[in-house]
Order: sequence, then structure tokens, then C-alpha cells
Amino acid sequence: MSFLEVTQYLFDGFLISLLIFAVTLLCGAPLGLPIAFCSMSKVKAIKAVSKVVVWIVRGVPLMLQIFIIYYVPGLLFKFPMFSYVDRYFFSAYGIQDAGRIMAVLIAFTINYACYFSEIYRGGIESISMGQYEAGYVLGLTKTQIFRHIVLKQVIKRIVPPMSNEIITLIKDTALANCIVVCEIIKQAKDLAATKALVWPLFYTGVFYLLFVGLLTIILGRVEKKLSYFRS
Amino acid sequence: MELLTVENLKKSFGKTEVLKGISFSLKKGEVLAIIGSSGSGKTTLLRCLNFLELPDAGSIAVSGKTLIDCSDATTLDDETVRQNRLHFGLVFQNFNLFPQYNVLGNVTLAPTLLEKGTKEQIEENARRLLDQVGLSEKLDSYPHQLSGGQQQRVAIARALALQPEVLCFDEPTSALDPELTGEVLRVIRGLKNRDTTMIVVTHEMEFAREVADKVIYMADGVIEEYGTPEQVFEQPQSEKTRAFLHGAQSIY
Repeated sequence: MSFLEVTQYLFDGFLISLLIFAVTLLCGAPLGLPIAFCSMSKVKAIKAVSKVVVWIVRGVPLMLQIFIIYYVPGLLFKFPMFSYVDRYFFSAYGIQDAGRIMAVLIAFTINYACYFSEIYRGGIESISMGQYEAGYVLGLTKTQIFRHIVLKQVIKRIVPPMSNEIITLIKDTALANCIVVCEIIKQAKDLAATKALVWPLFYTGVFYLLFVGLLTIILGRVEKKLSYFRS
Repeated sequence: MELLTVENLKKSFGKTEVLKGISFSLKKGEVLAIIGSSGSGKTTLLRCLNFLELPDAGSIAVSGKTLIDCSDATTLDDETVRQNRLHFGLVFQNFNLFPQYNVLGNVTLAPTLLEKGTKEQIEENARRLLDQVGLSEKLDSYPHQLSGGQQQRVAIARALALQPEVLCFDEPTSALDPELTGEVLRVIRGLKNRDTTMIVVTHEMEFAREVADKVIYMADGVIEEYGTPEQVFEQPQSEKTRAFLHGAQSIY
């Protein structure tokens, strides 16, 4: 195989990595917000449930969570739904791995939403009571205070920890190969097994590095854009 | 007629009774100074007036309208509390400016959100107030670029922008370096000349004596001494007041 062919083959895998990355970010980031609010709830039961969920999700390896999501419907309920999805998409559209990717997306989204929720909670709780009170004495409503006073300060504070998580996320997508999703590392391992090519495995690092470089630039810009005030 | 009437206000936090029945009244344009050592309940009193805390007993009325009467069993909903707050303004000890808004934005934010006029009117009013506190040069600056004294003057303009009937100050100069207290006190003095009704919690005894029409000395949640500055500072009736004033003097 030529260098170009290997690149093309790995890139196909990297598109799957990017898909997992994008969906996890787009679904996990918003989902983290209600979890954060539950963790801060004044209702003790809601708060307790939320804390336990976050504890479990953060306390168990993501790889194990992928296995659980993928296998449990079949093992416990005799309903291997992700295999059905796999088969259906393959026979109807010729798409491989659809069910497996779906299981990975669910596991990733839940896992990252919990991590994000803790970042949000930290950010929201770090805003001093004085900011809320200054809003209250000016006759503003709670919603106005959150939207116009607190939110931007929270965003500024959570950008650095969120950047960290986002960068970790693209590398975590490699875990998807534990249920044989054809992300980039899986593709490279295929080449090693079928064509006896080992170097593509190391070459995958370049893909990650370039993407993380791009992310670093974008996130750096966001941080800079919010540097006009101090809070 | 009295602008503000406070009757038998009580407030406890857990088992600690912080306000043990505070009553006083204030006429329009009067300045009331509240002095007393830390923990005497001064700040809690201001926070009750601004509805940041709800009193356990007593009543507060502004211009004859009862805002809260704890003997009345109905609890206030959020919207009533919000409306009640608009009668008062509060300037905090540590300013609490909004860091992401510039000076002009800090002053115009609340009037804009509460739709107190057109954008032009609100902005013109804000510029006038900022000129009044001597900050017309700093409209585009952000809070972190200002000195403490400047920040506190922005906070005063921000409170004035909603034209509260009573403007409260919670130790407005306590967080400032000594050389910066003067500029803030000057602004408050200027407000007195414009007939602004004010309640100032302060440790600046000289200032209280000079600016206030009435002085309250609070100790352990009660009004220990109440009168004109002459009465309170020259002929205090209570032993506690005398001891406090003596202690305050001996600092200098």
C-alpha cells in the first residue's frame, strides 16, 4: 500500500473518531447543564440522585461503560438492540457499524455530560453571592441575573477546564475500538494484521496532533475573546 | 410626612437574634447615619430594607405604603419582593460591579432590562450621573481598570440610575485605602445637597457627624441611641454609646 492509500484508509477511520467527538460535544455539553442544576438542587432527593449518577459515571472506566451500554440490552433483556441496528443499516444502506457507533455515542455522551456538569457546577458556584445581590437590589429577576450577569462570568471561568476535557475527548474516541468500531486506531490495527504494516499505527498520532493543534488555536481564541474583563 | 417608617423589625439567624425590634423613621431628604461595632446588626438592617433578608417580625412602609408587615400571614411572592426592592438602592461595601460591563454598561444595565425609558434616555441619564460622581472620563473602562474609589462611585451612579426613594450605603468606604475614602464621601455629601434620602452605615464618625441629620447607634441588635448628631455625639445618654464613642476616638 502506498503512503497515500494508507493515509486515505486511516482518514476514513478518523472521520468516525471526529463523528464521535462532534456528537459527544454537541449532546454532552447541553446535557451537562440540567445535571449540574440537579446537583445544586435544594431538593435533597434530586441532589442525591444526581450526585450518585455522577459518582458512578465518573467512577467507572469509560471502556467498561461502552461494554455495558452495548451488551446489557442483549444479556439482560434478550434484546441486543445495537446488533439489530447494525444489521438493519447494513442490509438497507450498506452502512457498517451503525449500531456499535450508536452504543459508543450513548456511552460517551452520558460520560462526558457528567464531567461537564461538574465543570458547570464549579463555575456557577464560584460566582460570588454579591453579584446576585447586586442584581437583586437593582430589581432584576432571577432569570435576568443569570442571563445578563452570571452567565458570561461562568463561561469565562469554565473555558480552561472545558478546553482540557475537549482535548481529552478526541483521544478518548480511540476507546470505541473495544467494540470493534472502525475508528482510526482500529483501522491501523487492521493494517497491521492484514498487511503486516506496523508504521500506520504510529502515523495515527499525526492525525490526533493536527486536530488537537487546531482545537488549541480555537479554544485559545475563545479564551482571548473573554480576556477583556476580569472576574 | 415620613418617607420611611420601620417598626419593631426583628430578624434571627438560627438561634441568634440579630435584630431585636428596630423602629425609626426618616423624612424625605434626610440622611440617617447608623454607627456601631461589628455584629451589632447594622448590615442586617440594611439587608432587610433591601429585601435581601426577610424580617421575622415588624413592618416597613415607604410613603405610607406598607411593603411588608410580618403580622400579616401572607407571604410575599418573588414579584412583590422585586417590586419592593425598587424603593431602595444599596451600595455595597465591596462594590459588586459587573465585571463584564464597562462603566456605562454597569449603570445602564438595570434600567435597560427594566425598560425604564428609551435607549437614548437611559444612556443620557447614565452619563449625567457618571458626570455627577466625577467619572465622565471613564465611561469605557472596565471595573478591573478602576481604583476602589472609582469603582464605588460607579456603584453609586448605578444605584441612582433607578431613582430609588431611599439610597442605602453599607460601609461604603470600609474596603478602600484611606486616601480613596475622601472621594467617595465627597460624592455622598454632594448627594445630600441634592436632597437624596440616604441611610449610611459607616465607621467614619467625623463624616456621620457632619453629614447626618439623624444618627442611630446600634448595639446587640437594638437601637441604643437615636437622635441628632449633636445629641448622639455630644450628649450620649447610654453608657454603651459613651464607651463606643470613646473607643472610636482613642483610635485617632
